[in-house]
Amino acid sequence: MSAKDEILSRIRSALADTPATEEVPREYRTTSEMNEEQLIELLVDRLVDYKAGVEVIEAAQIPEFVAAKLKDASSVVYPQGLDTAWLSALGQNVEQRIDAPGARLSVAELDATSAVVTSSAVSVAESGTIILDGQPDQGRRAISLVPDHHVCIVPISTIVQLLPEAMPRLSITRPLTWISGPSATSDIELERVEGVHGPRTLDVLMVRGL
Amino acid sequence: MTQVFLGMPAGGQGNLFESEPFPKAAHRELGNTQMRKNLRHATHTIRDKRLKVVGELPDWEALRDAGSTIKNNSMATLEERLLEFEKNFTARGGVVHWARDADEANKIVTELVKATGSQEVVKVKSMATQEIGLNEHLETEGIDAFETDLAELIVQLGHDKPSHILVPAIHKNRTEVRDIFLKEMPVVDPNLTDEPAKLAEAARAHLRKKFLAAKVAISGANFALADTGTLGVVESEGNGRMCLTLPETLITVMGIEKVLPHWEDVEVFMQLLPRSSTGERMNPYTSLWTGVTEDDGPQNVHIVLLDNGRTRALADRFGRTALNCIRCSACMNVCPVYERTGGHAYGSTYPGPIGAILSPLLTGIEVEENGSLPYASSLCGACYEACPVKINIPEILVHLRGDDVDAKREKHKLPTQMDLLMKGGSWALGKGKNIGLLEKALPLGRLAAGKDKKIKKLPGIAAGWTQSRDIPAPPNKSFRDWWSDEKESK
Repeated sequence: MSAKDEILSRIRSALADTPATEEVPREYRTTSEMNEEQLIELLVDRLVDYKAGVEVIEAAQIPEFVAAKLKDASSVVYPQGLDTAWLSALGQNVEQRIDAPGARLSVAELDATSAVVTSSAVSVAESGTIILDGQPDQGRRAISLVPDHHVCIVPISTIVQLLPEAMPRLSITRPLTWISGPSATSDIELERVEGVHGPRTLDVLMVRGL
Repeated sequence: MTQVFLGMPAGGQGNLFESEPFPKAAHRELGNTQMRKNLRHATHTIRDKRLKVVGELPDWEALRDAGSTIKNNSMATLEERLLEFEKNFTARGGVVHWARDADEANKIVTELVKATGSQEVVKVKSMATQEIGLNEHLETEGIDAFETDLAELIVQLGHDKPSHILVPAIHKNRTEVRDIFLKEMPVVDPNLTDEPAKLAEAARAHLRKKFLAAKVAISGANFALADTGTLGVVESEGNGRMCLTLPETLITVMGIEKVLPHWEDVEVFMQLLPRSSTGERMNPYTSLWTGVTEDDGPQNVHIVLLDNGRTRALADRFGRTALNCIRCSACMNVCPVYERTGGHAYGSTYPGPIGAILSPLLTGIEVEENGSLPYASSLCGACYEACPVKINIPEILVHLRGDDVDAKREKHKLPTQMDLLMKGGSWALGKGKNIGLLEKALPLGRLAAGKDKKIKKLPGIAAGWTQSRDIPAPPNKSFRDWWSDEKESK
């Protein structure tokens, strides 16, 4: 008997008493009453608590703020689908590297890149979670992981209060990365410290009118 | 296994056993005052954090109810769920393997690694691979496995054993961690301080090259979604993302009980898990992947579905809810026994209250080594209250104690002291007249107590009771006698 057949037959014999299934009680919150300003306030509060940098800006200010966040960077990678106007105010000193299908940066090249700029798919205010789903304006997972500084654009229209509200907006089978602050650990005496293997600096630009 | 249990699914193997009876191990561990201090600090920190973030959610109990029912349903329909997952994961380019036990899983993983030609692997923290002793097995096959989670790294570098499922190095404080790093890391700043941020930085530097060059990664999974074929890993440091994203080959080892029926169920567990485990509103990073995604992440993706005693636990209708465990560790963080003995005393990969039921359920209670685990509890119930999927741990502990007594009786045939004591008790408490008769002997107890009015040592198995406490001398007359005297005098 194959391992699969044997395990499945063990399961059948283990469940010989045919335990009943029940309808899942979904009494938890699935809709929110918060208006846009309350959502912004809540998400800012959570991200600041995680020690992320947060700015709430207008769409026209994106180039200026991206440039300010990257003033000390020597190079930046961006996914092919990102609006390049957002990088238009970057200084001459910041080398811009595009990551595109057929023209992928190697891991070593990413490691030698100081920062990354991406957009995001949906954000959950209550838990301070920004979700990337690999769309062309966010790129493949490696680019938002290897560089040490992540500048992430969060369009205000993509913010929801609750995780259950975010679910219908996600394509679950795309590679998903949920980000709640910069990388951190609680492994020493269960006290949280920021900055381990993932980007040690996370700057979030929350953009009105986007 | 003896023929008595014929027809029961095989028990699990690997790191699921006590190496010695719990009372003996606990006695020794209690002597380690530094560890007790470290544990007390850590468990109290996490308790406060958990209570605060759980208290923020007005619908916490509703989430627990949903989580518990989803898990029960998943276990009740496990065969369909696994087949559905296999179909969807395979359709997306992943390869599914099935392993009856630890040995089989270790062999499958070894062959997959060897097929890549790589001599080393990077690892994301995983309870399943800890349980099957994968690292040790790979070592015998000439493959180096590098743990990349900070706490696992501390344990690996310190040639130590994990003592907690979430924070395996919880028994070490910052200074001890610093000393391990100074001694064991090939390249390390000799002036490294014991500041946690500096220690995290040292771990980053130590592992960076490994991540960037790794060809093969091995992970566990926090959940698998049957209806989409998706896997998820919940982590903090980014070591998980590194392992799940950069290598060409990704091998995931996952217990069969981790499968959830619907992808929407993620919304329940991703609220329950982070708040219960690290006491955060959300963990820094969660990764979900469905088979292979062209041009993004590993292109050679495998999963090993592991039984190793899970079907045996599933066969126990009173104990099967232990399989609902999402490995958050809230139960050990609130447990008064765990706080004092630490995780090593439990022997198994799974310590604390959940370990005290899960280990014997996976191996079978009649396995001598795990017989004492269900007694490693005061039955205070704090674990049940903290459990995000409402596993009634105290009830299962009592059930397993019963099984243990039955298994021992089966073995010895002759009635034990406990049997005789219970028989006596049932006679005494069965009728008022009987207990009245016994109470006539109270003055004898006073005699035994002597001058200081304390009974210090009882005979036979009752000696366990007086090992750490005295019994005050009984009164001259029983309450029942006093009561009837009172009534008469009125």
